[in-house]
Amino acid sequence: MPATAPDLFTALGDPTRRALFERLSREGELTVRVLTGPSGVSQPAVSKHLGILKQAGLVHDRRDGRQTHYSARPQALKPLGDWMTLYGAFWRDRFDRLEDLLNRMDQ
Amino acid sequence: MSETRTLVVERLMPHPPEKVWRALTQGALLEDWLMKNDFTATVGARFTFRTQPMPHWNGVVECEVLAVEPHQRLSYSWNAGDGKKLYTTVTWTLTPVEGGTRLRMEQSGFGPQDDNNYKGAAYGWQHMIEALEKLLLGLAPA
Repeated sequence: MPATAPDLFTALGDPTRRALFERLSREGELTVRVLTGPSGVSQPAVSKHLGILKQAGLVHDRRDGRQTHYSARPQALKPLGDWMTLYGAFWRDRFDRLEDLLNRMDQ
Repeated sequence: MSETRTLVVERLMPHPPEKVWRALTQGALLEDWLMKNDFTATVGARFTFRTQPMPHWNGVVECEVLAVEPHQRLSYSWNAGDGKKLYTTVTWTLTPVEGGTRLRMEQSGFGPQDDNNYKGAAYGWQHMIEALEKLLLGLAPA
């Protein structure tokens, strides 16, 4: 099942995951160990983030002996490449703000 | 006439329509939750919403007031984007209900081509991520 836009928003809403995804997109296939390298995040944490990215369809994993190699699947971003999806997120955010404002207004 | 699509967002606001109407039509209140603007509730008036520029968008939405029915309905054109423009119409409908107002926002006029503009080759995914990041951050910090 293809990931929905909310899955993608959740997956990419985290800066560490965004950085992992960006690095894989830039550098091609990498192992968890290489990805952990200078990230300042522990290997189990990196694996967990990669799992969430995989669930959203943003990365692909390939096992090779004891190593798992990850690569980016930028085509998974397609649902976001749609004005309606972006505006959907935009207006829901603005409705939240409006509701907050209404609560602050006198009457 | 090509086929267009409409985005609908609807929510029950536990506040009377008169109050919701003020938040939709008074410039300073509108800026608080939407964007900086020079809105006036007069049919035919042109105005803009402005936020921070981002890749492929100068941060300006050009609008014209199309309908003003106090406490009930407000409609304006919503045209945005550099070069490849997005031409849409935003319509707000306020319906008094038990305990408040049912507020409905309809943005209509999304063309089939709008998808392609946005995910096209000239518009790399990096830009989408940047746009997404701005959205997640809330687009308009003051």
